[in-house]
Amino acid sequence: MTAAAQREALFEYLLRLGDNCLILGHRLSEWCGKGPVLEEDIALSNIALDLVGQSTLWLDLAATVEGAGRDADALAFKRDVLDWRNFLLVEQPNGDFAQTIVRQFLFDCFHVELLQALTKSANQEIANIAAKAIKEAVYHRRHSGQWVIRLGDGTEESRTRAQAALEQLWGYTRELFDGDAIDEMMMQAGIAIDPGDFHENWRDAVTAVLGEATLTVPEATWSIGGGKKGVHSEHLGFLLAEMQFLPRAYPDAKW
Amino acid sequence: MVESQSPGQASETEEAARFQARVDQEIKIEPRDWMPEGYRKTLVRQISQHAHSEIVGMLPEGCWVTRAPSLRRKVQLLAKIQDEAGHGLYLYSAAETLGTPRSEMIDALHSDRAKYSNIFNYPVLSWADIGTIGWLVDGAAIINQIALCRCSYGPYARAMERICREESFHQRQGYEIMMSMAFGTSEQKRMAQSALDRWWGPSLMMFGPSDRDTAQSSQSMAWKIKRVSNDDLRQQFVDMAVPQAEYLGLKIPDPDLKWNEERGHYDFGEIDWAELKRVVSGDGPCNKERMAARIKAHEDGAWVREAAVAYAEKKRQRESAARIAAE
Repeated sequence: MTAAAQREALFEYLLRLGDNCLILGHRLSEWCGKGPVLEEDIALSNIALDLVGQSTLWLDLAATVEGAGRDADALAFKRDVLDWRNFLLVEQPNGDFAQTIVRQFLFDCFHVELLQALTKSANQEIANIAAKAIKEAVYHRRHSGQWVIRLGDGTEESRTRAQAALEQLWGYTRELFDGDAIDEMMMQAGIAIDPGDFHENWRDAVTAVLGEATLTVPEATWSIGGGKKGVHSEHLGFLLAEMQFLPRAYPDAKW
Repeated sequence: MVESQSPGQASETEEAARFQARVDQEIKIEPRDWMPEGYRKTLVRQISQHAHSEIVGMLPEGCWVTRAPSLRRKVQLLAKIQDEAGHGLYLYSAAETLGTPRSEMIDALHSDRAKYSNIFNYPVLSWADIGTIGWLVDGAAIINQIALCRCSYGPYARAMERICREESFHQRQGYEIMMSMAFGTSEQKRMAQSALDRWWGPSLMMFGPSDRDTAQSSQSMAWKIKRVSNDDLRQQFVDMAVPQAEYLGLKIPDPDLKWNEERGHYDFGEIDWAELKRVVSGDGPCNKERMAARIKAHEDGAWVREAAVAYAEKKRQRESAARIAAE
């Protein structure tokens, strides 16, 4: 494999890491001032802050690897839907608090496993970012996991809503573990591991919490993917239209 | 605490005299100390109003957090909004030390029995408005709050010290946004000037009515809840903001604004008190919208709060059953 092809694969891989964090962080920031209780306004904005912070680190590194004169902001604000590499899961709308929490929990359990693997990456810069990010991700998982339990084992209404959120989002989780050619190249280079390798760990962690929450693990009757390759749901375009508005409308301005 | 006599033994007048003596000696009043009912009520009103302002203030900023123009600005604004929610939390806690639960204060806000800062009833139209809010609104808030760090009520004064440190950070960030706008493209300059034009008057109104027209001030001053008069605080603000606007090359929308050598302060034009009255009484550009957003968030969150309470109760029962089984 040529050095250029390897660099391109690494760039793609870093975009996936950065885009997941940024899109999910952005979704959480939509909750600002609208949380069910003040403590959750603080927690959700704190998690959004962590994720946008992590996305900046990944996208900075992606821009350096690409070496085409773009920076993290150019990657965040000047790419259109087809060039985004996040999972469909993280771009799904917030819905009610149960949907937001379940989406977060399914991602957090994945994120902790992924970052744990990346702390051992042969790429030192990736290992360093992962080591920093994992501390935050563990806290995020604890927060979302505790809420899944409270909602599942709370009232009849909260249980119904949490179960509905699970059914609605479960089909997007398959994509988190489906390796492709890029993952394969990262594996070969010792940069990352096959995401399929931690599917079982993820399932165990999720199942344990859902059990405590008295919720049922959904049947995998459907699954949709494509985000990793730029085939998104319709929701992402609207999110980007809002997020990218200023740099797009005023391309010469510095903010 | 009352040292030798319990509240029941001392007469109301004696207690009141002892209380005032402590205030005069700059000894902080603490939650379990005796205090006049009026003092308690004034504080609950003022602290909860302050807490509500932090919470309602998250809405206009939240309206731009999803459109922040760079990753750095997005992180800064998120951190600022998070700080504000935190300020709301300490302030509600400070007010709770006076015996009013948070839920009661929030109900008062939602049923229009409590106020919040008038400034948040104006629309946030461009990114420069976010800069201006940091620069002027947080700037005005700091001037108010520095004075409150010396307030006679301990929990409020201590909350203020912490809040002031964070607010001054917000103000610097706001001014930095204004620098990038005012020194930016012609479109950015236009946004910056428009923001200043719209936020200047409402920022001056943040200090409340003129000293000529305030009824509560003198009692609050004697109790040292309020340490500096509205007009003196407003003057400090104008003196701070004018050179900052000049540096940015922006024009403050006040034809009467000029340096008064003799006073050593800027003179400024009469405030539109009729507008202040109108907006305070609910007829501002965003009053209805802000309150509707708060009430919707609260109502939409009701099932979540109920779930948390129900779960905590189940957990408590299970733990106590387990304890009994173990014994």
